[in-house]
Amino acid sequence: MLRFVLKRLLSLVLSLAVASVVIFLFVEVVPGDPAAYMLGMNAQEDTLNALREQLGLNGGLFERYASWVGGMLRGDFGTSYTYRTPVSEMIGERMWISLPLALFALALSTAIAFPAGIWAASKRGSFADVSVMSLTQLGVAIPNFWFAMLMVLVFAINLRWFSAGGFAGWDAGFWAAMKSLTLPAVALALPQASILARVMRSSLLDTLGEDYIRTARAKGLSRRQALWRHALRNALIPVLTIIGLQFSFLMAGAIIIENVFFLPGLGRLVFQSISARDLIVVESVVMLLVFAVIVVNFLVDIAYALVDPRLRVRA
Amino acid sequence: MSLLEIDGLNLEIHGTPILRDVSLTVEAGQIVGIIGESGSGKSMTAFSVMQILPDGGLASGTVRLSDHDMLALSEEALCKLRGNEVGMVFQEPMTALNPIQQIGAQVAETVLIHENVSRAEAYQRAREALNRCELPEDKFPMSRYPHELSGGQRQRVVIAMAIALQPKLLIADEPTTALDVTTQAEVLSLLKRLAREDGTGLMLITHDLAVVADMADHIVIMRNGEVVESGPCPALFDTMQHPYSQALLAVSDHQPSREEHVTQEPLLSVKGVVRDYALPRSKLFAEQEYFRAVKGVSFNIRRGESLGLVGESGCGKSTLTRAILGLEQVQEGSILLDGEEVFTGKQPNRAVRRKMQVVFQDPYGSFNPRWTVRRLVSEPFHLLDELPDREAAIAEALQSVGLVAADADKYIHEFSGGQRQRIAIARALIIKPELIILDEAVSALDVSIRAQILDLLADLGTRFGLTYLFISHDLSVVRNVCDRCLVMQNGEIVERGVTADIFERPQHAYTKQLIAAVPRLP
Repeated sequence: MLRFVLKRLLSLVLSLAVASVVIFLFVEVVPGDPAAYMLGMNAQEDTLNALREQLGLNGGLFERYASWVGGMLRGDFGTSYTYRTPVSEMIGERMWISLPLALFALALSTAIAFPAGIWAASKRGSFADVSVMSLTQLGVAIPNFWFAMLMVLVFAINLRWFSAGGFAGWDAGFWAAMKSLTLPAVALALPQASILARVMRSSLLDTLGEDYIRTARAKGLSRRQALWRHALRNALIPVLTIIGLQFSFLMAGAIIIENVFFLPGLGRLVFQSISARDLIVVESVVMLLVFAVIVVNFLVDIAYALVDPRLRVRA
Repeated sequence: MSLLEIDGLNLEIHGTPILRDVSLTVEAGQIVGIIGESGSGKSMTAFSVMQILPDGGLASGTVRLSDHDMLALSEEALCKLRGNEVGMVFQEPMTALNPIQQIGAQVAETVLIHENVSRAEAYQRAREALNRCELPEDKFPMSRYPHELSGGQRQRVVIAMAIALQPKLLIADEPTTALDVTTQAEVLSLLKRLAREDGTGLMLITHDLAVVADMADHIVIMRNGEVVESGPCPALFDTMQHPYSQALLAVSDHQPSREEHVTQEPLLSVKGVVRDYALPRSKLFAEQEYFRAVKGVSFNIRRGESLGLVGESGCGKSTLTRAILGLEQVQEGSILLDGEEVFTGKQPNRAVRRKMQVVFQDPYGSFNPRWTVRRLVSEPFHLLDELPDREAAIAEALQSVGLVAADADKYIHEFSGGQRQRIAIARALIIKPELIILDEAVSALDVSIRAQILDLLADLGTRFGLTYLFISHDLSVVRNVCDRCLVMQNGEIVERGVTADIFERPQHAYTKQLIAAVPRLP
């Protein structure tokens, strides 16, 4: 098992290295000169040159890549072209919204999907199954920004249980901060939970049809015992895959919901930086998101191996 | 009062009648063989006793197991009986165990679920059950996972689960059909020993009369959901009345009539073939190690001959098949078909490939379910440079295997196992090859279907002048259809010769062991 983890770690580091090169080169070929953008249309050539020098845009390709990666390793992501503040600070602030929001939404989605999927699978074809399936169909179909606005109308404007948007800040206390993340997390979690519940159900139904479930029943286990003791863990592999993908999406893809609720998260930051040609911020945030995705995939791989002993050998 | 009494059992699944008026008894300590083809209802009879019927199953009549009325009991009461009063062993050992749970835990679960004992005691009892099933602790600790065991060893674990509580009745549903002959013989003698030691009633279900002939006390023959004949064994073999029973007896040792058309000229010539597989590296920079699956094998097949290649799983026969088909490069030696290399450069030699075709074991897994038979059968056309009249060729191939041209528009799920194997043969025949490799082509079939397919192959061989390479773990098949025979063990050919000589005067210890393992009719 230890060797499995070490091997996975090695591949994690390699993936990160490759990703950093790709991101760097991609940003290099994007048209638009940040210096010209910052100084405006009428800037003099020598002023532009001086600014490029100051921003570190004039060195060779390899030199700039090395200083970018070297900086990131020390925690120095450079300085934003537009805001003239360290990128690490900008990301840091937003990270404290995006990461808890993603985790909150993921926890909600899992908490809804597992019981719903298991319940539907264990009562296949019954009224319970049909209702869970119809509800999840609806959950996948409804756009989450529309659902978000609906929740704002009901819970913020009419009932006044939550605020309609904005972030209270962690200084205001844990519960206050969580409260302002609740509506966005629910809006994000609902479609994810619907997908996850459907995957859980079909995966569980597949494993319930396996020969070893019949063996377990022949030992004297009831249907319910066979499901909990033998089918569930076997059914987890596809579910873990989806959870991994969903976390990656929630980290980066929450931009619409962040806009609906006026949350200053990472998604909005990327969007604003792209429109402002603030390449250094784009580069850093994208790299950070890639890092998150790769780390999550690493954790999912470890989880696979914990669930299934056959994978420990094959790696 | 019998241990198990089935009286007038009827079973419907979603309204379709499956069993009709089935009656049989199993006494304590008695071994009852239930024989029938697939679809005869023998497994459903077992599932009715266990009451683990598929959805929509509705049983009526009487099933009494040591005075419990199994059809009337609540699910809760049935759970208490299953595994405790009656244990069951299934056909497919590769999938019968939970792949992610250690074998000790799976066997101990039988004890834990029925008796209020500590975990330690349950594991102790599981250990004893595994020992009784000849899985000793030093080689098979309870922390093993199913994927670390062979098929025969997994079947022993399933048996250990079934006998851990010493049930009064043990049901074994085709327990050895998926296993090699030698493993089959070991598992059968294990079941027999356990039943005799514990005085357990054993209900042994199989399609092969020979399997039960020398161990059953009583035999029940089933067909189309009905019992056609039953009686004490072996006396029944002399008094069999029903034409179906007699036919079943006849096909068990079926000898297809063949016409000799062997020439001296070699068609396939295998010389000093060595096949190595790279093993996974133990350390990052460790030297690459290899496993030698085929160790310098040489033989010829003469044009028109049927050659048998016999050995257990893992002996290298499938590796050799892949090499002959030119699917993989060999490390040493040469394989010539009609004087030409089967593998040239980095790929199979197309000119040679079109002269040979293969039929595989699994008639269910070796077809794409979304293709019509037309497309499946005509697939080998890609090996030809000039296409013949497509429709005519498809019709001819289907007719030559006993199907009709109209079957070309159907899909594979519309056919039975035997018919699927006919389609596989049609697929092999369609480009008129000279050599057909039959890789366990009849191993998955019932004895009666197997006899039909063997007849078909013999007939086709005569009509088209075909040469066969018969690869099998089952000596009885090879015996009746092959001119010569090779016996393979651990990547080497240990014995070769004319089939009849090998069977009458086996020289090598391994050949003797294989022949002894073949189940025989009295």
